[in-house]
Amino acid sequence: MADFDQELDASGLNCPLPILRAKKSLAPMEAGQVLHIISTDPGSVKDFEAFCKQTGNELLESKDEGGKFLFLIKKS
Amino acid sequence: MSDKKLAIVATRGALDWAYPPLILASTASALGYETQIFFTFYGLQILKKDLDLQVTPVGNPAMPMPGNIPIPVLMQIMPGVQAMVTSMMKKKMQNKGIADLAELRELCVEAEVKMIACQMTVDLFEFKHSELLDSCEYGGAATFFEFAGESDINLFI
Repeated sequence: MADFDQELDASGLNCPLPILRAKKSLAPMEAGQVLHIISTDPGSVKDFEAFCKQTGNELLESKDEGGKFLFLIKKS
Repeated sequence: MSDKKLAIVATRGALDWAYPPLILASTASALGYETQIFFTFYGLQILKKDLDLQVTPVGNPAMPMPGNIPIPVLMQIMPGVQAMVTSMMKKKMQNKGIADLAELRELCVEAEVKMIACQMTVDLFEFKHSELLDSCEYGGAATFFEFAGESDINLFI
């Protein structure tokens, strides 16, 4: 598991809440810092890809751990 | 990041119709869009401080029901059915971790989604400004086009 600076547990939340919470968590972070996100929404896999593509933040990792989806996003 | 703009016209005031404009607006903001929603006719209900939106099976044969047993059309109009269906829908949404409508609206306000109430329909329904969100602005069709004309995406919901 890579290192991260902040963690967001979005378990149980459905679209669009994981994205909105992630955006909020990233806001005060500094460029280069990494946010670790835990989600249980299967839709969030595609959504975090799309979120990163459109916001310029880097999706370092996207993992499916049997119903738990883990993401590492590096703030641009 | 992006300088894109999204303009939405929200015309419906049922619980299920209130979600799409708020979900799209809040998400667009998170993606860096500048977003504006123009609320007109029944869409104005979404701006009420006292949010009490209902969902109805009437005229909606596609509404899924528990056990796939549809409510017979004649039953749908009985007193209490709308309240029952609304409370079932709200409960289901809560169980599925779907944002409460007021919470989603608050997220839009926080994300600086510009909310414009159609002045003409506010007058038509005799709504008081004090009944609607303090953060909303008032304007007409021309006000909408000022923003919509330079938007990348325009949606009518």
